[in-house]
Amino acid sequence: MRLDLILRVGAKLILPFILLFALYVQFHGDYGPGGGFQAGVIAAGMVILYAIIFGVHAAKRIAPPIMVEMMVPMGVAIFTGAGIAGLLMGNNFLDYTGFAHDYLHAHEWGILIVELGVLVTVCGTMVAMFYAFVQRGRS
Amino acid sequence: MIGTPSAEAFVMAVLLTLLAAVTIAIARQRNMFGVVILASIYSFLMASLMIVLDAVDVAMTEASVGAGISTVILLTTLYLTGSMEYPQRRSVAIPLFVSIVVGAALVWGTIGLPAFGISDAPIHQHVAPTYIDFSRKHDMPPNIVTAVLADFRGFDTLGETTVVFTAGIGVLLLLQGGWRIGGSRRDEETEGDDEI
Repeated sequence: MRLDLILRVGAKLILPFILLFALYVQFHGDYGPGGGFQAGVIAAGMVILYAIIFGVHAAKRIAPPIMVEMMVPMGVAIFTGAGIAGLLMGNNFLDYTGFAHDYLHAHEWGILIVELGVLVTVCGTMVAMFYAFVQRGRS
Repeated sequence: MIGTPSAEAFVMAVLLTLLAAVTIAIARQRNMFGVVILASIYSFLMASLMIVLDAVDVAMTEASVGAGISTVILLTTLYLTGSMEYPQRRSVAIPLFVSIVVGAALVWGTIGLPAFGISDAPIHQHVAPTYIDFSRKHDMPPNIVTAVLADFRGFDTLGETTVVFTAGIGVLLLLQGGWRIGGSRRDEETEGDDEI
C-alpha cells in the first residue's frame, strides 16, 4: 500500500473533512441529527483511516496510545463532573440549570459538556480497541 | 406509507430486497473476507433504510459503527485468524429449524404491533408527550432527541457512557494484558511494515 499514490493523496484530502464533519455532528447536535456518540465514532474513523493508509506507526504519532487510553475514562469523568457541578450549584445531579443565567443557555451548555464527555469516551475506546487489535498481530 | 404505492414504499421495497439478498449471500459465503465486506454492505443498506424511516440519528450510528468501525475491527481480526472458514460436516437441519422457528415467532410478533407511523401508538403516549411539552415550554434545543438523551435522561446516557468505558477497558485488558509491574507498557513499536 506504500506506493498507492491515489489512496494517499485522496485520504489526505478527505481526512480534515472527516474531522470537521465529526465536530459539526458534535456541536450541531442540538439542532440537527447526531451527538457525542456519532461524532466520537466519526473522529475515531478518521484516525483509523489514517492508520490504514499511512501505517499504525504514523497514526500513533498523531494520536498517541497513552492519550487515547486516557480519553476512555476522561469522558466519563467529564460527564460525571457535569453532574456533580449541578449538585454543587444546588440542583439535582445532571441538572444543568445553574450553568448559566438563562434556562435555555444553561441547558445548551450542559448538553454540550455532556456530549463532549460521550465523544471523548467513545472516540478513545474505538481508537484504543483498534490499536489493541493491530498490536496483537505483531507480538 | 405502507400500502399506498409511493416513491418511499418503492425505495423501501428495493432496500429490503437487497437486504434479503445480502443476508443469503452472507449465509452462503465461506470466505470470511467476503462475509465481512457483505456485512458492511448490509450495514449501509440498513442505514439507508433508517434514513427512509426518518431515523437519521440511528442511520448515522449504523453507518459509522456498523459499516465503518466494526468492519475495520473485523478485518484486523481476520488478519489474526486467517480468512477461510473450515468446512463443517454437521447437518444444517437443527440450525435451520431453530432459525425458521425464531423467524416465524418474530414475524408473528410483528402482527401484534400497532400500525406503522401512527401517532397514538402506546410508545408515544407514555413519557414522550411530557418531553415534547416541556421542551416546547422552556425553548429547549430544537432536536428533542438530543435534549432527551443528554438532559431529560442524562442519567441513562451516563450509564451508556460507562458501558462504553467498561467495554473498552475490558477489551484493552484482554488484548494487551495490562501494565508490566514497575516498568513501561508492553507496546514498544517494532519499526517496519505497518500495513494491516
